[in-house]
Amino acid sequence: MSLLAAHDVEIERGDRRLLTGVSLTVEVGDIWQLVGANGVGKTSLLRALAGLARLGVTGDIEHDQQRLYLGHAPSLKKTLSPLDNLRCHPACDIVVADDVIFSALASVSLAGYEDRPVGSLSAGQQRRVALARLLLSPAPLWLLDEPFTALDASGCDWLDAQIRSHVSGGGAVVYTSHQPSRFGSLQQDIDLTCHVC
Amino acid sequence: MWTFIHKMGSPPWFFRFSGTVVKWLLPLTLVLLAVGAAWGLLVAPPDFRQGNSYRIIYIHVPAAVVALAGYYVMAFAGAVSLIWRIKMADVTMRAAAPVGAVLTAVALVTGAIWGKPTWGTWWVWDARITSMLILLFLYLGVVALFEAYENKTAAARACAVLSLVGTVNIPIIYKSVDWWYSLHQPASIKFTGESAIDSSMLYPLLLMIAAFYCLFAVTVLLNMRAELVWNHREAGWLQQLVREA
Amino acid sequence: MSSPADMANPLLFFFMVVTLFPLGLGPDPERLSTMAPGVLWVVALLSSLMVSSKLFASDYEDGSLEQLAIAPYPLSVLVLGEVTAHWLATGFLLAVVSPLFGVMLGLPQHGLGVLCYSLLLGTVCLTLIGAMGSALTVSIRRGGLLMSLLIIPLNVPVLIFGTTAVSEAIIGGNPSTWLALLGGLAMGSLALVPLAISAALRVSLDN
Repeated sequence: MSLLAAHDVEIERGDRRLLTGVSLTVEVGDIWQLVGANGVGKTSLLRALAGLARLGVTGDIEHDQQRLYLGHAPSLKKTLSPLDNLRCHPACDIVVADDVIFSALASVSLAGYEDRPVGSLSAGQQRRVALARLLLSPAPLWLLDEPFTALDASGCDWLDAQIRSHVSGGGAVVYTSHQPSRFGSLQQDIDLTCHVC
Repeated sequence: MWTFIHKMGSPPWFFRFSGTVVKWLLPLTLVLLAVGAAWGLLVAPPDFRQGNSYRIIYIHVPAAVVALAGYYVMAFAGAVSLIWRIKMADVTMRAAAPVGAVLTAVALVTGAIWGKPTWGTWWVWDARITSMLILLFLYLGVVALFEAYENKTAAARACAVLSLVGTVNIPIIYKSVDWWYSLHQPASIKFTGESAIDSSMLYPLLLMIAAFYCLFAVTVLLNMRAELVWNHREAGWLQQLVREA
Repeated sequence: MSSPADMANPLLFFFMVVTLFPLGLGPDPERLSTMAPGVLWVVALLSSLMVSSKLFASDYEDGSLEQLAIAPYPLSVLVLGEVTAHWLATGFLLAVVSPLFGVMLGLPQHGLGVLCYSLLLGTVCLTLIGAMGSALTVSIRRGGLLMSLLIIPLNVPVLIFGTTAVSEAIIGGNPSTWLALLGGLAMGSLALVPLAISAALRVSLDN
């Protein structure tokens, strides 16, 4: 049972057709990278795969209910602390215990920052808080939009390790990035320039 | 029936079909308007109370009736677009909105023109005119919402949601304004009385209403054709049609 | 809506605008008290407009809206939750405090209770419709004015029923039909408007 199956997807934005004929099947253990120049439609496609964008998307997209999507925006309330933000997933389907959050934040090198308002953290730190969600969510499928942005070298290494351990532990990842392939033989690419209209 | 609607969803088919319709509907509209206007403005007898100034109702009432109906047409097209994702329904909705807005404005202006000689003021807050004013806001809202969105497909969808909510609300609005008016109505004057209308005045009125419906249909179809021409200006079928003409 | 300032703002706005009316219309207590129901309701409507524009804006900007949209729960249910929380902090509060402002405008004592009830029911509708307006315009830059244009016509019935209820109570008539109508509108809005709001949010996410 694949985690995500997309067949012949076409993406239109307004009156412009962005992409056509995109097909993709994500199985457990896969890492997929959506590759392409700026503006080709990577984010639009990822949003369509996540089920966020519905307008102008034709084709079949089937996915598991449980998926974690991290977009460009960190999805954090600026006035709340990381602890409060992570305690309850925005949809509140899981409430996470505090000590789990503490260890997650420690893992992203933000131990000690749990109670500061998120608005007072730097962009990189906010991105790390958002990424801490990866440790707290049970979803097997991760859809990450430019996850390596605003991360320093150690942050990138951390994320790299998380992705590897996630896919070897029964999950899968689809991500977009401007950086060249990081996962070598482990990952498969979709070059969107082949699907541009 | 179903295949007909399905075919209408295809731009080239619709374009050809609407071309034929417009070809006979446009002259019919003009004829109806001319006959109705002549009958109402010249032939029908003057009202014993209002003299000749009442004749403006031959424009005011049809405009008001069709403006209200037009909103339902627009909302229906929006519903079709939302439920069945037919792009042509979007086009219909976009074409109908400004036409409806203009008709509402015409109804309001002619209402004011009627008011001046009849009751001495340009504007009267009576139930029907107030409801018309709110209808104008509803129309303008749809038009403005459409213009404000960048992604025009999203714009159409948003307008569909808005006009559907408006449709459910319109009867409530009209009823509540009616009650509002009857509660605050000054005892002596009744501004829009339901006086029995003589058949010599009724028939031209009905004719004008029919004429305005045709006018609405023609204008919306022409709008839709213009929109299709613009959207599909590069498409093969359109270029071929142009070449044939 | 997490700071006391957020909650105080609409009340402060209400307070200030209510003060403007005697200044504009003259302090004659009889005239003020006849105009009071209308004034109070119009100002409540304007307050509601003011807070509605902010309802989904921060969620849209920081990406939380996206997370809500792909959550495994129906968006309309989640939306109802957000709107209820918003109402408790705005409309509900306004309704509770309204008798105070009623007194300021010379509303007779027996009208104050009805004022409160009518606002309790009416603000439910105002908040819901306002949320829909906010949802439709959240992806538009400077969508505040457009939102007002969209919402005001839809709120006319609430305004009419609300003011009439209070006016009836003042002259010693029976406001219950009007309150019942308000209640009906509130129930209807609770049932239907969240669907419109979630449809509008999805459209905004696609803009």
